[in-house]
Amino acid sequence: MSLTHTIAKRIGWGLLLLIGVLILNFTLISIAPGDIADSIAGDMGGADATVIEEIRERYGLNQPFYVQLWKYVSGVARLDLGFSYFYNTPVTQLILEKLPATLLLVFSSQILAIVLGTLLGVLAAKKPNGIVSLLVTFLSLFGFAAPVFWSGILLIIAFVSIFPLFPVGGMTDVTVEGGFFVQLLDLLHHLFLPMITLASIYLALYSRLARASMLEVLGADYIRTARAKGLPQRMVLYKHALKNALGPIVTVAGLQFSAVMSGAVVVETVFSWPGLGTLALQSILARDTPTIMGILFFSSFVVIVVNILTDITLRVIDPRIKAG
Amino acid sequence: MSTDATPPLLSVKDLVVDFKTRAGNARVLDHVSLDISAGKILGIVGESGCGKSMTALSIMGLVPNPPGRITSGSISLDGRELTGLDEETLCEIRGTEIGMIFQEPMTSLNPVFTVGEQIAESVRVHENAGKQAAMARAVEMLKAVDIPEPDIRARAYPHQLSGGMRQRVMIAMALACRPRLLIADEPTTALDATVQAQIFDLLQELQQDTGTAIVLITHDMGAIAELADDVAVMYAGSIVEKGPVGDVLSQPCHPYTQGLITCVPHLVPDPPLQREALREIPGMVPALTNLGAGCAFEPRCEKAFDQCTGAKPELIKVSASQLGACWALESDQR
Repeated sequence: MSLTHTIAKRIGWGLLLLIGVLILNFTLISIAPGDIADSIAGDMGGADATVIEEIRERYGLNQPFYVQLWKYVSGVARLDLGFSYFYNTPVTQLILEKLPATLLLVFSSQILAIVLGTLLGVLAAKKPNGIVSLLVTFLSLFGFAAPVFWSGILLIIAFVSIFPLFPVGGMTDVTVEGGFFVQLLDLLHHLFLPMITLASIYLALYSRLARASMLEVLGADYIRTARAKGLPQRMVLYKHALKNALGPIVTVAGLQFSAVMSGAVVVETVFSWPGLGTLALQSILARDTPTIMGILFFSSFVVIVVNILTDITLRVIDPRIKAG
Repeated sequence: MSTDATPPLLSVKDLVVDFKTRAGNARVLDHVSLDISAGKILGIVGESGCGKSMTALSIMGLVPNPPGRITSGSISLDGRELTGLDEETLCEIRGTEIGMIFQEPMTSLNPVFTVGEQIAESVRVHENAGKQAAMARAVEMLKAVDIPEPDIRARAYPHQLSGGMRQRVMIAMALACRPRLLIADEPTTALDATVQAQIFDLLQELQQDTGTAIVLITHDMGAIAELADDVAVMYAGSIVEKGPVGDVLSQPCHPYTQGLITCVPHLVPDPPLQREALREIPGMVPALTNLGAGCAFEPRCEKAFDQCTGAKPELIKVSASQLGACWALESDQR
């Protein structure tokens, strides 16, 4: 099957999956206990039965379930995710404002974890009993064992309170003025700690995985062939072995992406990073269902896109994979 | 073995290779000496685990270390000592001076690169050739090993080729930088019988065209008879008999060689009346960690006598060019 055919098929399945996610989210929120009209009224400072009825009328909450569902799904098809009760803003606009911050955090930490983790794994596999190998084992134990809210807070104590090298939170400093590069530098300055925190778990995962995968590949016959051809060690390692060892890393990175998105919620909260995670937390606390569903929809969308990209990457790496 | 005056291309002298294992030290090669002249084919035969492949890996400088190491002895290629060379120099020699092909063409090619790329790569590394020139050489080599439509096949991945084709690719790869010595470690073991014959024909043809010397490791006595000029028989890390192929096959002096030859099945028994069951050598190759003081073959030998358990026999001349290591030969001579 050609690559374009595979991609088209994957996108088709992805769309179906998204519709499924929408229906499921909507249903789950509808059957959850509690009345949305009540909580809106509560935020207004309490109201009598007629006002609550008006609220139901205004937001279409008095209509049958399937009508509400249809309105919602067809709205999403027009990129209209509804209206936030809490923020008094269209949900699409709310999310699009916060999405870039989250994507920046998630992708930068993932790229850091994958690249650095793979490199550490390769170095560890080169000498399975060497110092780097020991470091990788230690790092992965630590990374797996330390929850991000704890390691994040430790980093804040270390690099904000004791050694004030980094800002305590947020994404930009409003007092910083200057051109594009000054602003970018400020952004990276703010990004550093949350990125490291979110990357730490995955750095542990990928370095461990890369080490195991490389060790397996290095025992393969074609590595002996590469050596017998007289290729220098670095070519054997970084070309012949690494390209074969990448498969499991790419697969796991794709699968882990949803976990990274949820990890971002915690990290964003710890570092007051103005992303989707912070928005999600606030809207859950405020029972702002359109926003919650919107965020769930966007995260599923990102996860599905990343998984399609994973499939394509795997096919590019290994010509033997003929995805169905 | 090489009776002419010209010095051999490759000379292995008293090579000892030890492996540290949990069960103790295993001497996988015990004072192995071999010579091969330019343009000749030397066959090495023996059962699995007798040290054939380890001899090949030692010559390539690819003994896995740890646990293995070359304890003593010398390997010299055209007068140049190879043992003790640093990795960088060895990389230069591998591919350009000595090429090697392996037993399993299925797994010996990297699955994620095209075969053309895998051949071209060593040309790029060793001859600093440009991408296009190297790829042109790869196509040329694929043509030389009789692969049809070489320019199309060069873009194929290993999994798109048959086993025989893959072994041809391996040969093309090993010969791409025109080495003077090719080590073929059981090149046909994993292939169908008809393909085996094709690969042997190809090796012989290439050897005649290019004058590359070949070390052919196999347990196919028929292939040895047909291709090799000289043969060395190995048992438990030592050479027990060596000499010109005609002499060794027609008048094997060591009981192990005799056993190996009678093990070969014949379609038409020769002589025709001798319709006995296929013979085998009883027992198994001993564990290298607990070899006794005597001849390693003694427990399996039909002709063993008192002296065999006492000490290990040395290789002695049984004729002008044939050597054997057996106490029976020594007592014959006295």
